Amino acid sequence: MTISRLIASLAAALSIAAAIAVFAIVWRPELSAIAPPEPHSFDAALVKRGRALAAIGNCATCHTVRGGRDFAGGLPVPTPFGTIFSSNITPDAETGIGRWPEAAFTRAMRSGVDRQGRHLYPTFPYDHFTHVTDEDDRALYAYLMTRPPVHAAARANLLPFPLDQRVVVAGWKLLFLRRGRYQPDPAQSAAWNRGAYLVEGLAHCGACHTPRNALGAERASARFAGGDADHWDAYAINAQSPAPVPWDAEALFGYLRAGWQADHGAARGPMAEVVSNLSDVPDSDVRAIATYMAEVFGAPTPERQRRADDVLAQLKSPTVPAADTNTSGAAIYAAACATCHMTKRSLPYGGVDLHLSTAISAADPRNAANIILSGIRPVEGERSPIMPGFAASMTDAQLAALLGYLRAGFSDGPAWSGVAETVVKARGIQAASLQTSPPPQTAPVEASQRAQP
Amino acid sequence: MMTLKVNGQDHEIDADPDTPLLYVLRDDLKLNAAKYGCGLGQCGACTVIVDGKAVLSCVTPLLLLEGRPVTTLEGLGTIAQPSPIQRAFIEEQAAQCGYCIAGMMMRAQALLLRNIKPTDDEIRAELEPHLCRCGTHMRILRAVHRAAHLMQTADASPVQRSAP
Repeated sequence: MTISRLIASLAAALSIAAAIAVFAIVWRPELSAIAPPEPHSFDAALVKRGRALAAIGNCATCHTVRGGRDFAGGLPVPTPFGTIFSSNITPDAETGIGRWPEAAFTRAMRSGVDRQGRHLYPTFPYDHFTHVTDEDDRALYAYLMTRPPVHAAARANLLPFPLDQRVVVAGWKLLFLRRGRYQPDPAQSAAWNRGAYLVEGLAHCGACHTPRNALGAERASARFAGGDADHWDAYAINAQSPAPVPWDAEALFGYLRAGWQADHGAARGPMAEVVSNLSDVPDSDVRAIATYMAEVFGAPTPERQRRADDVLAQLKSPTVPAADTNTSGAAIYAAACATCHMTKRSLPYGGVDLHLSTAISAADPRNAANIILSGIRPVEGERSPIMPGFAASMTDAQLAALLGYLRAGFSDGPAWSGVAETVVKARGIQAASLQTSPPPQTAPVEASQRAQP
Repeated sequence: MMTLKVNGQDHEIDADPDTPLLYVLRDDLKLNAAKYGCGLGQCGACTVIVDGKAVLSCVTPLLLLEGRPVTTLEGLGTIAQPSPIQRAFIEEQAAQCGYCIAGMMMRAQALLLRNIKPTDDEIRAELEPHLCRCGTHMRILRAVHRAAHLMQTADASPVQRSAP
């Protein structure tokens, strides 16, 4: 055997090995289709548990278009790489998951592969769902398979080449998908462990609240350090939290339960939907999430606590902050905002004192601009915060002046940059949201139906 | 003292700049179509049009309106010559107690200004912030469609009233 033939054989062997490796990474078998199971074949208690789990997973938010049928998919999810449309997860045989066996559902949750063996884009947060237990996947499957089937074909994603090739997702998974069950920490309480299991898994809090790297994966070194959710700032929910008053387990529980908290204000934007979904979830799970997240936030430093105490003390005798040079912003605040935000009327009927507002203390003015433009719609059938939107009554210049004044007068932070641009962008988004039908009713179900599967 | 342009006419207003527009309209200018409902921007009864958009006048202080034209229901038409939206609401008998109707008409007018052929869903979505306790909602829907039709055809002849 000559040297050259040896090299050729080696090269051939290596390329075969490489091909096998690539094949092993990329190829996933199709799982046989089943006849859509009869809804009555599922245990009612299991379905009911699945309902609460689906609420924790916030499934309906991405898998339902505004005003559309539940779980029928089609919602455009904007990403830095292109637009991905959510899929139909109703049990429709042709366009939904009606022909998926439970094993296919569990595989999708665990490793982001559909029944036919195609890789799913990680906008479906299987990097979190991979931690969900078999038992919980079974309940979720039972819940989804007993929803009314909706015939709604998937919309084609708007992705450039080569991202439109699903094989690239296999590479992404190799880099970023860390499978594995949640391992309870025996040193922690049952509630803490339950909370950790939910937060890191099904609730996928990090999907919005953790910043992402250039390849769209959550940055492991910056867990919960704040990210983006649509056009909202998903605040840091760790020690870097911009909230003027530090969060603790009790405050988090109240906020997640009611959608507002006296020392922090009201949940808005995508978080309002999260909280609204959580109203389907038992107290014990919400408390578990609060328990775990309180530790993620961490105990405040003495300096931070002192500043919070100062803010809270100052609220006892509220004064309108001086205007320095921005007299128009101050005048708008006094005329349009103070009547609710500087009264003794407590939440949810009065506005939060803006010294307590995370939106005003946050690094950028996005959320504040969004809220002022859109206001807060009341939740049907619930006691909830309200605020009129000012999109039609305030000009861009007036809103920018108001934001500048609020930042200077109600937070310790440096002046925001790019306020005018933010206002223009926020208004564009607000106007676009008016073109669609009204948002789904934020109270998830009639109270009388909550106990039923 | 500030100048406020209402229904095409300039008015010198002597009021604090933080006075809600609604108070100025009703108390100073005696334009009583816009109603005081909740005072919190939650019921829609006080709706007027500013710069072509529906605005809740009870939570809109005067100082936001410098140089911006305000239109109230009185500015759309008169009893002798009702505007299409007014005619349509009369012809459909869309008012029962009528307290919410002026606001409904103003937001419907703002809708028709930017979308001359709204669907049922679009009308429902647009008027969603307005509360009506009498329950004339179906007539209101019909009236908005009728107004859209009237605006398109500019037809001045009376239209036969639909059965109740």
